[in-house]
Amino acid sequence: MVLDARTLGLLGGVLVLLAAAAGAVRFLKSRADSGLDVAVLDTLSHRVRAWFLLFLVLAAAFLLGPNATVAMFGLLAFWALREFITLTPTRPGDHRTLFWVFFLITPLQFVLVALDWYELYSILIPVFAFLLLPARIALAGDYKRFLERTAKIEAGLLICVYCLSFAPAMLMLPLPGGDPHAGTRLLLFFVLIAQLGDALQYAWAQLPSKHVIVPTINPHKTWEGLLGGAGTATLLGAALWWATPFGGHWWWMAGLMALVTTLMGFAGSLTMSAIKRDRGVKDYGTLVEGHGGVLDRIDSLCFAAPIFFLLTKFWLEW
Amino acid sequence: MDTNLTRNFLVLAARFLSGTSIRWIDSQPDTCQRVYFANHTSHLDSIVLWSALPPAVRLLTRPVAAQDYWTAGPVRRYLSSKVFHAILIDRKEVKVHRSPVQMMIREIGDRYSILVFPEGSRSDGSEIREFKSGLYYLCKKRPDLELIPVHIDNMNRILPRGEVLPVPLLSCITFGPPIWLEAGETKTEFLQRARNAVRRLKEA
Repeated sequence: MVLDARTLGLLGGVLVLLAAAAGAVRFLKSRADSGLDVAVLDTLSHRVRAWFLLFLVLAAAFLLGPNATVAMFGLLAFWALREFITLTPTRPGDHRTLFWVFFLITPLQFVLVALDWYELYSILIPVFAFLLLPARIALAGDYKRFLERTAKIEAGLLICVYCLSFAPAMLMLPLPGGDPHAGTRLLLFFVLIAQLGDALQYAWAQLPSKHVIVPTINPHKTWEGLLGGAGTATLLGAALWWATPFGGHWWWMAGLMALVTTLMGFAGSLTMSAIKRDRGVKDYGTLVEGHGGVLDRIDSLCFAAPIFFLLTKFWLEW
Repeated sequence: MDTNLTRNFLVLAARFLSGTSIRWIDSQPDTCQRVYFANHTSHLDSIVLWSALPPAVRLLTRPVAAQDYWTAGPVRRYLSSKVFHAILIDRKEVKVHRSPVQMMIREIGDRYSILVFPEGSRSDGSEIREFKSGLYYLCKKRPDLELIPVHIDNMNRILPRGEVLPVPLLSCITFGPPIWLEAGETKTEFLQRARNAVRRLKEA
């Protein structure tokens, strides 16, 4: 699919900015006397690399069309779910249930999204899967910590698969104006704001005065970070109104959506931090040395996607 | 079918399916003659551990495996003989002049490394079983071999005992620093030390 000038501009702009950021980080790293914390620089260069990869893959998927984009998000969900279940203790009795979770429910969810079958994909996991999975686990005959095991598998499926599938579903929304690329731009806007929200919160949290929100769960999330990050993301979102379907006198809606996305992203990272804290790990990707996991990078996307999608849908039906 | 192609395909499939991250702790990949010994919880262990080695080392490393399992059916027979060049051990009938240790020594010559699971059979993954004495007799005959402890984590959840279909979780393979049979060390002491070397990697 050939992209139009606005979509290319947005995508190209992001890639150029990321390339500049990568260059800046590299420059700072090469200067030992920059006075910056080495750990912060390392985190930064890892994140920039992860974003670069994310947006490059996203760009390739956009060029290949909506089905490729859905498939790409499907793979992302598959990988995130692997990380989630790996760090969640299950018992041998859950093995076959997990097989269905990975090889039937996860692909099916994304196939339904690609078919734009909203009535079914919006309930496949929270209704059908959530009723069938406990029954399948019970069939295996192991009742030890039954409710806990079921809840863990269902939470993983909900966060990693169900929620994330609403991101590519944005491509199928009947957006006004008859522009075939409006959906692509909306998804790009969403991913960009969610990731920017993370980055801006991190940046604002580097300020000297620190009021940690929940010290027992994540010592890096401060009120300064949240308010500063959400405020900046809202302004940036409003400034990007031209890339969204919220045009004309609705331009402020782009800012509002950015605000909601950032707040939901915050909720997502905080929730995942709590799970990680409980499991005694720092990152979902500790199994892959030196890299944060996929889930660490997309937890904000997972929480924000369904809300962003539904708000846009309500706005369209207004 | 082209064996090289099959081999590369299998390596990729094994790496993807088991999502393995590989760590070498105080240890380096090397083509010198070695014995990699690991805990055993899954049928996937051999192939995943073998795939985790760098290509040059992999070509020189032969898994030691159970004959009854790896000669059942044409696919397993092809894989064990042509792809992994496995050294197959008859678990049913152990003959005096064809003991597994002698067979391993003959098969590796002065070139190959081997990959063994000294627990003898697969455990449920909670605790590493006592090691069988083969590792000790092997070192007695060939004290020059480097022994590399390997810990395989989470494979029992990917394909546990008694299951046919794998669940694609993530796993981790840790290679540790080499050990050797010390002069005057008894069999029990040595086997205990070897087992502890694997167990220590679990926490590393």
